[in-house]
Amino acid sequence: MTAMDTEQKVMTEEVLNKYELVIGLEIHAQLATKTKIFSSDPAFFGAEPNKHTTPVSLGLPGTLPKINEEVVTCAVKLGLATHCKINLVNRFDRKNYFYADLPKGYQITQDELPICQKGFIVINLKDKEEKKIRLNRIHMEEDAGKSMHDKDDRYSLIDLNRAGVPLLEIVSEPDLRSAEEAAAYLSEVRRIVRYLDVCDGNMEEGSLRCDANISVRLKGAAEYGCRCEVKNLNSIRNLQRAVNYEFRRQVQLIESGERIDQNTLNFDAATGVTSVLRSKEMALDYRYFPEPDLPPLHLSQDWVDELRKELPVLPEQRIKRYTSELGLSEYDASLLTNDRSVADFYEELISVSSNYKSAANWVIGPVQSLLNESGKEISELGIPASAIAEIIQLVEEGKVNNSAATQQIFPVLTASPGKQVNEIARELNLFIDTNEDDLDAFIEQAVSKYPDKVVEYNKGKKGVLGLFMGELMKVSGGKIDPKTANKLLISKLESLK
Amino acid sequence: MNLDNETIVRIAHLARLEVNESEKESLLKDMNNILHFMEKLNELDTTDVEPLIYLTDEINVLREDVVKQEITAEAALLNAPLHDGTYFKVSKVIDKG
Repeated sequence: MTAMDTEQKVMTEEVLNKYELVIGLEIHAQLATKTKIFSSDPAFFGAEPNKHTTPVSLGLPGTLPKINEEVVTCAVKLGLATHCKINLVNRFDRKNYFYADLPKGYQITQDELPICQKGFIVINLKDKEEKKIRLNRIHMEEDAGKSMHDKDDRYSLIDLNRAGVPLLEIVSEPDLRSAEEAAAYLSEVRRIVRYLDVCDGNMEEGSLRCDANISVRLKGAAEYGCRCEVKNLNSIRNLQRAVNYEFRRQVQLIESGERIDQNTLNFDAATGVTSVLRSKEMALDYRYFPEPDLPPLHLSQDWVDELRKELPVLPEQRIKRYTSELGLSEYDASLLTNDRSVADFYEELISVSSNYKSAANWVIGPVQSLLNESGKEISELGIPASAIAEIIQLVEEGKVNNSAATQQIFPVLTASPGKQVNEIARELNLFIDTNEDDLDAFIEQAVSKYPDKVVEYNKGKKGVLGLFMGELMKVSGGKIDPKTANKLLISKLESLK
Repeated sequence: MNLDNETIVRIAHLARLEVNESEKESLLKDMNNILHFMEKLNELDTTDVEPLIYLTDEINVLREDVVKQEITAEAALLNAPLHDGTYFKVSKVIDKG
């Protein structure tokens, strides 16, 4: 068999279909705390190089780390939201390795006693299928600094602003079976950390980073294949690309009778190809041991229970409630829950308006478009949920028609959020105050304008009704109740048969 | 248990220490002595003894999440053997391009 034959054989769908992917993700979430994990220098992104440092984050001799209580709170919240067991007795460990952006020569992390263990995250797949992805652990650790290798010819440049920024590492079990599942899981993790307000979830800026352990095996096989770890996947799309690339690469190797080496790989986003970063022989020996500089951390069950009570309702639970109790579609429910502030606004709205469907349409429609266009947060718009509820009520009671509400009242409300809805409707003269005599006159006017269309209608071309309705809206200035007008218009047309 | 030369080389590499042949020989002797001493200690029954990790009984020494800018960027760079006023400069650790 020539090399060409091998190539063709491996790449057929039939061959690929014999195998399945096995993926586990390690996700690093940078916490949105004000200060670093073990020192009081600022943790936020974007300062001048080396501005955010202290003797502790510089790793100067004789300095001692002191843990930021907010980091512990974030870790427990995330653990509770992902159904983990919270370990009340915590310890930190040193992970030893040399790299220029790691000033101490070791990273403080949690090896033996991670703060959260054995949880799970539910992901939604196509066809409303749900899948539970088990979590192995979530632990607290510090980030390293940043190295730049291409700014100077002779030296690497080091910025230690990021050194000591708090991270939570979220480690899944190898429960993911496709690029789509991996993407759905990563999106769900991002949504959860955003809901909890523990991390901004920004993958471009590196607030959320992902490494993937990928292996393949014959479908039905009991053992896992030999895995490769792909580092630094900085978007959901790149995660999917790397997984799909590795699947074909690994299947091809196995089909050609070769074996997969347990390597650490780098994914090149420009070419879509993985390459070896470290071979197994070069695997690092971290020599973990307990960090003696940080006293142990004992959490009380009362405190953990307190945090559990404060947890926001998570997207998963909200979607269940919206579809089963409020009668919304799965699609609408998922649009409403993508962003916590939007979902909170919707809930505020339905606390004062019982028209759940209209409320959903308003939030997904005009409100969401405004958010997209302005790039603002919902709180920055300043529109009270009660104002939207009033608009919904005006439309429901037939006092204002829906297009006038979305196209005229809403823009004015957006510009002056403090304004009363009734006042806006009055100023714009939108209240439907047309009596039946006026309406009859409008209908008479419209019908006499298009005599040929009347004939068409009575010959069975019902579509021309829209034209008459449009004309009615025009001559009345939108101040008619569409339902009544429609009814009267039809009887007028029928009478001209 | 006796260490061999290869282990000495590996440990020296992990600690980024350069050792010459004669140093290797004396290190091997020292480290074997240390291990033998540990073996002696291992004769003690420590079944019910918690490992000693911390030298005090302190627990939960926490810090509030409040920013304190203790030093300037200039001060941060002060002790570095090489810097350009903005970044620390170190030997190239990666060969790019």
